[in-house]
Amino acid sequence: MLQVILKRIAIAIPVILVVASLTFFLVRMAPGGPFDAEKVVPPQVMKNLNAVYNLDAPLIIQYRDYMFNLIQGDFGPSFRYPGRSVTEMIFTGLPVTFELAFYAIIVAMVIGSLAGVIAAVKRNTLLDYIPMTIAMIGICMPTFLLGPLLVLYFGIHLEVLPVSGWDSLAGDKILPSITLGAAYAAYIARLSRGGMLETLSQDYIRTARAKGLPEYKVIINHALQGGLVPVVSFLGPAVAGLIGGSFVVETIFQIPGLGRFYVEAAFNRDYTMILGTTIFFSTLIIFFNLLSDIAVLLMNPRARSEA
Amino acid sequence: MKNKHIPLLFLFFLIGCGETVSPVDAGLDTQILHFGNGSEPQGLDPHIVTGVPEHHLLISMCEGLTIANPKGGENLPGVAESWTISPDGKIYTFYLNKKAKWSNGDPLVADDFVWSWMRILTPSLGSQYPDMLYYVKGAADFHQAKTNDFSTVGVKAINDHELQVELKNPTPFFIRLLSHYSTYPVHKETILKHGSIDDRNGLWTRPGNFVCNGPMNLKSWELNKQITVEKNPLYWDANKVKLNEIRYYPVSNESTEDRMFRAGQLHVTNVVPLEKCPVYIENNNPNLRIEPYMGTYFYRVNTLHPVLKDKKVRLALAYALNRNQIVDKVSKCGQKAAYSFTPPGSAGYEPDTEIPFDPSLAKTLLAEAGYKDGIGFPVLEILFNTQEGHRKIALAVQQMWQENLGISVQLVNQDWKVYLAREMTGDFQISRAGWIGDYEDPNTFLDTLRPNRGNNKTGWENKEYDQLLELANSTNEQSLRYDYLMQAERLLISEMPIIPIYTYVRQYQLSSDVKGWHPNLLDTHHPKFIYLER
Repeated sequence: MLQVILKRIAIAIPVILVVASLTFFLVRMAPGGPFDAEKVVPPQVMKNLNAVYNLDAPLIIQYRDYMFNLIQGDFGPSFRYPGRSVTEMIFTGLPVTFELAFYAIIVAMVIGSLAGVIAAVKRNTLLDYIPMTIAMIGICMPTFLLGPLLVLYFGIHLEVLPVSGWDSLAGDKILPSITLGAAYAAYIARLSRGGMLETLSQDYIRTARAKGLPEYKVIINHALQGGLVPVVSFLGPAVAGLIGGSFVVETIFQIPGLGRFYVEAAFNRDYTMILGTTIFFSTLIIFFNLLSDIAVLLMNPRARSEA
Repeated sequence: MKNKHIPLLFLFFLIGCGETVSPVDAGLDTQILHFGNGSEPQGLDPHIVTGVPEHHLLISMCEGLTIANPKGGENLPGVAESWTISPDGKIYTFYLNKKAKWSNGDPLVADDFVWSWMRILTPSLGSQYPDMLYYVKGAADFHQAKTNDFSTVGVKAINDHELQVELKNPTPFFIRLLSHYSTYPVHKETILKHGSIDDRNGLWTRPGNFVCNGPMNLKSWELNKQITVEKNPLYWDANKVKLNEIRYYPVSNESTEDRMFRAGQLHVTNVVPLEKCPVYIENNNPNLRIEPYMGTYFYRVNTLHPVLKDKKVRLALAYALNRNQIVDKVSKCGQKAAYSFTPPGSAGYEPDTEIPFDPSLAKTLLAEAGYKDGIGFPVLEILFNTQEGHRKIALAVQQMWQENLGISVQLVNQDWKVYLAREMTGDFQISRAGWIGDYEDPNTFLDTLRPNRGNNKTGWENKEYDQLLELANSTNEQSLRYDYLMQAERLLISEMPIIPIYTYVRQYQLSSDVKGWHPNLLDTHHPKFIYLER
């Protein structure tokens, strides 16, 4: 077990360095710089700005300096927001994004696995068809459509929930969590249904039933552990995806999370910010994949022995 | 019926006993203004930032020698109580208000301005707006590091309350520049406490550190969420300030902002969504505001292009456009067809240029240039930054040129920075552009098209035009000056390196509770005149 984790971490470090290097050169290849604006500044000003941010040095020197600082954990100052360091901005947005992702994953898990398990148990009945149809719609419905629809109904039509904000008006966290969780709930419903169906047809379930256990005990004590394995292995990438993909929801609901910095940095050619957020997100993705692998190992004895 | 209320009950349960009064309704008692401010400001250092959201914030927290008149027209006294101008228009003496204080209680003196202007002109600060002060004698040389002796720059403190400024040329609009944030004073001790004079990344603008001299003071700043400013009791005119707080929300998504306004979370929005504007006009939405704005939407022509360097081609392109149809049928949000580069009515300047919509004249001109009925005319590209509004206009222009001139053009859209880079390097044929005035004077428009100006970008260099602007700069007599500028404007329109399309309007939503808010060309609404009342 420990060996597996160490091996994965050993692979992760070079991966992150490659991501950092690739991103560094890719953003520099994109036309336009951080200080280009509709109003062109005098050449003298541009020269001064480039000097302030070390952009007048040869690219390879800039790369060396950047990597040197990076290894010490310093992402540098933001070009777009003078006076803010990239690290500060990431750690301002991160708790918000984490909180949103946390609520969303709860929404997704509760609704998704409940629907999936019921659908599997009541296979080929209305309790299977209806949730699965809704799940299909949920997968197809993009958040940028669902979010505004929910806002229009609950925020403007019924006037019971705030249309935007985070931690400023009562109940303003409800709609974004539902919006972000919905698509994942749909995935989880389908995954858990599939997992449960497979498990329910196993011999040990037949044994459990044969020894006279009530059906609910069969499902809760025996079937769930195996049936939810696909869901757990999906959770790792899902959490990473939720954090990286919360940009749309953050924009719709005016939430001060990390996703908006990530996307806007690219539009602004805020080099250090693009690099910082990209490196940070890739680290997160690697980390959550590792976590879900460990969870699967814990839940599945066969995988444990293979490892 | 019964079922319909179950989710409702559930939600009430979730909300608990949450407040039911919307922020806008609550504002009547609290005098808290909720302000949709577009995007997260780059910062709050008046010498570093550029942009409109920053402008909104800085006019409430800091104050220059003058402030913009809320009803338009001449600037009102700010830190300067009064001023005198020498007969040749080159020496300004400002008498500072003795009650003017910094928000930490320090008196604000003439030396503060001298130090502040030295700061923005310090090359290593990398300020993006130092040219606002280039009108001051010696300022450009100091900024371009030709000298590092600031005493050569024409600004000095006669005593604590008297500031003398010597200009290079008589500059009749100089007073108007002094309400721009780049000319604001900054508090020397605070800046030096958190860094050096040329430190861009100093932490002096954080809540708790921030010291400035405006009617409001920084209370809190939550990144990407909101900035709150509260009434500054030490402001020299604090008795006049009625608002207790302003909360600025960086709402970059137009639809989100629209929903926030409709739900009573905002008093004023930054924009109106493109697709909503015609609907609101049709429904007579009482909150919709459409007001003249000092900006022009135009097409920039690359005059170095082998075909477009012919003036007749450029004129043909301009005359083949039906501007009224573009504003009525395409942009559909109260824009005005433009027949000059400078928007009419800028500080009393009314350009008399005309751009006829005359397809037959356009055709003749094109034929004279050697492309009868458009035959042999290359397929040109219209470059624009990716945005639905620009695309619609480009489509209309494409169609009008096809119909009226028989030429075809291609539409090329690019990401904002790519578009800027292509424009800057001259890698375009025709590109969409906009220009918003920094101060209310035709000079802020016409100056950009002089040779060697970075914002020209068309490759058009006209000596006569340059001379006319130089003449206008050297005179102190306003009517003579406008005369020269008008001649320059006529010359520009007869050469057409840029094709004006429409004059911008400001479109936004404003709650009827907001009082003391007047339309003006620069869209500057000074918070000291604003209050909430129903």
